[in-house]
Amino acid sequence: MGQKSEKPTLESAMQRITAIVSEMEAGDLPLETLIVRYEEGVGLVKFCQEKLTAAEQKIQIISRDATGAAALTDFEEPDA
Amino acid sequence: MQSHFDQTVGNQSKIGHCRGVQLDFDLRSGPKSSSPPAAVPEVFRVVDLTRKIRELLEKGVGDVWVEGEVSNFKRHTSGHYYFTLKDSLSRLACTLFRGQADRLGQKSLGRLRDGVKVQLFGRISVYESQGNYQIIVQKVQECGEGALQAKFEELKQRLSGEGLFDPKRKRPLPKYPRRIGVVTSPTGAAIRDFLHVLHRRQRGISVVIYPTRVQGKGAAAEIAGALRALGVPASLGIEPVDVIVVTRGGGSLEDLWEFNEETVARAIADCPVPVVSAVGHEIDFTISDFVADLRAPTPSAAAEILSADSEELLRHLAQMSSRLSRSIGSRLDMIRQGLEGVLRTVLFSEPARRLREHQQTLDHLSEGLEREVTTWLQTRRLTLERIAGGLRFHSPERRISEAGHFLEVSKNAMWQRCDEGARRIRSCLEQKAAVLGALSPSAALARGYTLTLDPAGRVIRQAAALKEGDLLVTRFADGSVRSVVSPPPDGGGR
Repeated sequence: MGQKSEKPTLESAMQRITAIVSEMEAGDLPLETLIVRYEEGVGLVKFCQEKLTAAEQKIQIISRDATGAAALTDFEEPDA
Repeated sequence: MQSHFDQTVGNQSKIGHCRGVQLDFDLRSGPKSSSPPAAVPEVFRVVDLTRKIRELLEKGVGDVWVEGEVSNFKRHTSGHYYFTLKDSLSRLACTLFRGQADRLGQKSLGRLRDGVKVQLFGRISVYESQGNYQIIVQKVQECGEGALQAKFEELKQRLSGEGLFDPKRKRPLPKYPRRIGVVTSPTGAAIRDFLHVLHRRQRGISVVIYPTRVQGKGAAAEIAGALRALGVPASLGIEPVDVIVVTRGGGSLEDLWEFNEETVARAIADCPVPVVSAVGHEIDFTISDFVADLRAPTPSAAAEILSADSEELLRHLAQMSSRLSRSIGSRLDMIRQGLEGVLRTVLFSEPARRLREHQQTLDHLSEGLEREVTTWLQTRRLTLERIAGGLRFHSPERRISEAGHFLEVSKNAMWQRCDEGARRIRSCLEQKAAVLGALSPSAALARGYTLTLDPAGRVIRQAAALKEGDLLVTRFADGSVRSVVSPPPDGGGR
């Protein structure tokens, strides 16, 4: 972790943030590293917040045509 | 439950057997079999006959399993249940007492609905006041339940033996899944409950539903197929899911049966993605529950487990963010302080600047001095005030009044002592006076004695001390008289 992982998950991001914070609070990082970590941490916090507050909850349903090929369509909830 | 099944079979033969018992029973023999058959026939009271029949039924038939369709199901206000079990040829009165109904629980009780075929276990007895025979129900199960249970146990044991339920096999679930695959009926209550809870707890989780049937023959194969497809999303041409939920709402054992099929169990075990099984209600357990990485008691519970509370997460993130800022902030402060120190040293080492610096320092110092004097004065004033306060506390007025009070108290005590002493002395004196009184001359005078005094008031104790012409004062009790000593009548001698 720490390298440019293409697509962090919420879980890995949360873990990384916790690691960064404890590393920074230990107080023995050189300044440059500290700033790099800080920026990374802030970025990850923002990423998590965006993920968590994303308004859209995508619900899709898989359908298959006669040939067996799958397709995703938006799911309409059945009425209660 | 295997035993139920066996018992069902066993009891059928038992019924056949006891029919024989009834046939053997000779009613004509009556209670007193000793009476000769030719005599007047023995006549029973109805109650005795009914009791006899009841005893025979209870002994001869006793506990049985019986299968039929429920009709006329009623709950009496007493809490007991009454209904009829029937088939196309016959009917049987059934009673389920309240206490037993409570013990059976909602699941068994729910099976007792008009038109539903069930298997009952109970004791055949006679309701004496009506002369009806009936079954007192103790257990209720759906038809074929015994056989299904046996099959369930067999598969459970076999798969368990293979280690499919081994806790070591269970994979951890992703903590914050972003994409959840759900294998269920798109029209069932399960998906509705699941989505409802998920949406309430956390937005931004995507759900991919793989629609399948969830009951009836063939559903198991569909469920297994769905699991295999979602496990390898490339086969579907969709993005991978983080976790798969296999779910359906509550139902009878038969309804849930497809989740007890081996093909479903194998598909769950082989699925490369962690699987949560949420089939039926809390009390229902299916084979899929045992194989899955996690069993959720209900579809809603599954959603709850998979969606961490986003409010809580956001709070946590805010905390992390402020800790990030604080730790870099304190480091920056430290660096700034260091820089200022360096800067100062550099300035001081330059002679031209140093003078200016000195000047400045002087200014600074004099300013400081002034400030300090003011502060000093202020401090003194404060101290003075504090002392004044202390003085007030120790003022003479206060001490005088305290002393005055002390004096007052002492004075009172003293007076009290004096009073006491005086009283003691007075009573002592009075006592002495009484004694003295008894000894006083006036008391003797009152008794008739007299006291003779010389004119100077001295008591004359001896006649010899008197001579002719001496003046005497004789004191009586009531007064005194004066007299003169006259010459003795014949040459003196008394």
